[in-house]
Amino acid sequence: MSVSTASPPAGTKASFFERLSQSRNGLGLLFMLPAALFLLCFLTYPLGLGVWLGFTDTMIGRPGIFIGLENYEYLWHDRVFWMSVFNTVVYTAVASVLKFVLGLWLAIILNEHLPFKTFFRAIILLPWVVPTVLSALAFWWIYDSQFSIISFVLMKAGLISAPINFLGDPTNARLSVIAANVWRGIPFVAISLLAGLQTIPASLHEAAALDGATSWQRFRSITLPLLTPIIAVVMTFSVLFTFTDFQLIYVLTKGGPVNATHLMATLSFQRGIPGGALGEGAAIAVAMVPFLLAAILFSFFGLQRRRWQQGGSD
Amino acid sequence: MASVDIVDVRKYFGAHPVIKGVDVQIEDGEFVILVGPSGCGKSTLLRMIAGLEHISGGEIRIGDRVVNDVPPKDRDIAMVFQNYALYPHMTVADNMAFSLKLKGASRSEIEDRVKPAAAILGLSAYLDRFPRQLSGGQRQRVAMGRAIVRDPQVFLFDEPLSNLDAKLRVSMRTEIKSLHQRLTTTTIYVTHDQIEAMTMADKIVVMQDGRIEQIGAPLELYDRPDNLFVAGFIGSPAMNMLHGRVDSADPSRFVTRDGVVLPLGRPRPDLTGRDLVYGMRPEAIQLGGSVSIQVDVIEPTGSESQVIGRLGAAEIACVFRERVSVRPGEMMPVSIDPAATHLFDAADGRRITAA
Ligand SMILES: Nc1ncnc2c1ncn2[C@@H]1O[C@H](COP(=O)(O)OP(=O)(O)O)[C@@H](O)[C@H]1O
Ligand SMILES: [Mg+2]
Repeated sequence: MSVSTASPPAGTKASFFERLSQSRNGLGLLFMLPAALFLLCFLTYPLGLGVWLGFTDTMIGRPGIFIGLENYEYLWHDRVFWMSVFNTVVYTAVASVLKFVLGLWLAIILNEHLPFKTFFRAIILLPWVVPTVLSALAFWWIYDSQFSIISFVLMKAGLISAPINFLGDPTNARLSVIAANVWRGIPFVAISLLAGLQTIPASLHEAAALDGATSWQRFRSITLPLLTPIIAVVMTFSVLFTFTDFQLIYVLTKGGPVNATHLMATLSFQRGIPGGALGEGAAIAVAMVPFLLAAILFSFFGLQRRRWQQGGSD
Repeated sequence: MASVDIVDVRKYFGAHPVIKGVDVQIEDGEFVILVGPSGCGKSTLLRMIAGLEHISGGEIRIGDRVVNDVPPKDRDIAMVFQNYALYPHMTVADNMAFSLKLKGASRSEIEDRVKPAAAILGLSAYLDRFPRQLSGGQRQRVAMGRAIVRDPQVFLFDEPLSNLDAKLRVSMRTEIKSLHQRLTTTTIYVTHDQIEAMTMADKIVVMQDGRIEQIGAPLELYDRPDNLFVAGFIGSPAMNMLHGRVDSADPSRFVTRDGVVLPLGRPRPDLTGRDLVYGMRPEAIQLGGSVSIQVDVIEPTGSESQVIGRLGAAEIACVFRERVSVRPGEMMPVSIDPAATHLFDAADGRRITAA
């Protein structure tokens, strides 16, 4: 030892544990070890395997060999793949915007003094607690080409003459699955934003009202800025959920008609499992990663404490 | 600037009455303090003036305009909240300029208003800070700055000093008062602290349980409280109160329940036989005399001496300008200035005026 530390003359082994138990960092590392191992096994391994598979020509029942970027080259020239990318982006963008706008609107309504407020707040969670497969099946009936309740009502009202072909027409099918996704995703956004709204003290709105703000100006200059940190979290999650959506599409359309509603997740499954091309399926899944990373980065910057949030307590 | 008239105003929360018919006339430029124990409805009344609570009955006029149905933003009043209600995401300058921006004032105009207000309040160095980066006292000033910049008809304050420490509270008291002398804007100020009320107000409104007990200048309330509640609420240490009757044999004497004899200003044969309360301020008691007090505690503050003792069974507080040399347990002879005493009816608590 060149640096003379005040180490006790006792055996180095004892002093190692002693020092470990005194050291904040050492202890922290020790306590994090189980969690780190857990993450390594159950997160990194499957992810790593997926990435590896993407570089092979593995088929179901046949171990593959490393083929470099061949899968990606093939996908680059695959119109169906690009269609699924386009679909995923449109699906995520439109559904997320709708979920945000409608969810915020609902949250604001629920934040007012309504009769039966708690009842409505409970009701609003229903779409979220119903298992997706179940609600997807319900939508399947709602969108049925012959027995759709929507078509039935509109026909009775004399607004249309023939049933709407919800899932058979590419544009209709896209709109229909987006609507179903929005319906399912709104509760999460609304309830989270409601929680955010409730952290804004009523006196701020009162002060702004006395300062001469109309209700729209209060929303713009008080509610929205104070809600941005929560909006950033909620919308990041919402975008991640929507981008990786699988169940709804798979139950409603299986990607049809003519791939019009195929998302990257459903296409990946389609090619990998029923199609048997595990390597290619994995490559499609890996292609989702850059998009997801972008969303996460966005949230990372969105989540940073703003300057006004720093400093002492309120 | 404007006068404020509150005429028979009532407030119900559901079926529960909180303000039970209140009348106050506030002159243009006056500094009026609403004072009363916690929960008596002071904030509710203030919030009705601001337009933040619906008025269940009666009428509120600002200037000569009835404002019952005028929304808060059109009442031209500024309010300082107990928790300050500063916009956390705006700098001090933006907090103060918010109302002007809403009105569409130009940048130079905003600057012309915010800069001097900040200077008056000693905030010039903090204009770029956010509320979280300020101390409690500075936040309090920003809240006042936001009100001053508005140049409103009326200032409303809801317990603005209650979140500050004792020392700061005293200095802010002076500051608010001198600010009012400078701006002469009509001000309505709510507090539960009678010292704040006594030291700052032109006019005090004492409230209890949704009703007004008395309205008057600070010393008026101190010298001539209308009833036992005001007598006990205003002044610290509180007025000493002794139950008893006027002596029927000698109506210039008051005899307490314990048989202690106290002097009356003049004979009151008209009051014999009635249950009364005899009130005397702690400083109405002088050293030396025919009444003896059993001393319990002595609290010298330097400038004066407080003595807590017992007269019969009743607890008595005395304040002497001079230093006293008694010890706990001893008897202390005192006299009472009969001119500085008060009589109240024990049944309804009302002051008994000279008949
Ligand atoms: N929004 C409300 N709903 C029901 N009761 C209320 C409401 N606001 C105040 N109160 C009641 O009105 C009374 C007076 O309240 P407040 O004006 O805040 O008292 P103070 O400011 O004098 O302490 C209290 O009993 C309080 O519980
Ligand atoms: Mg209050």
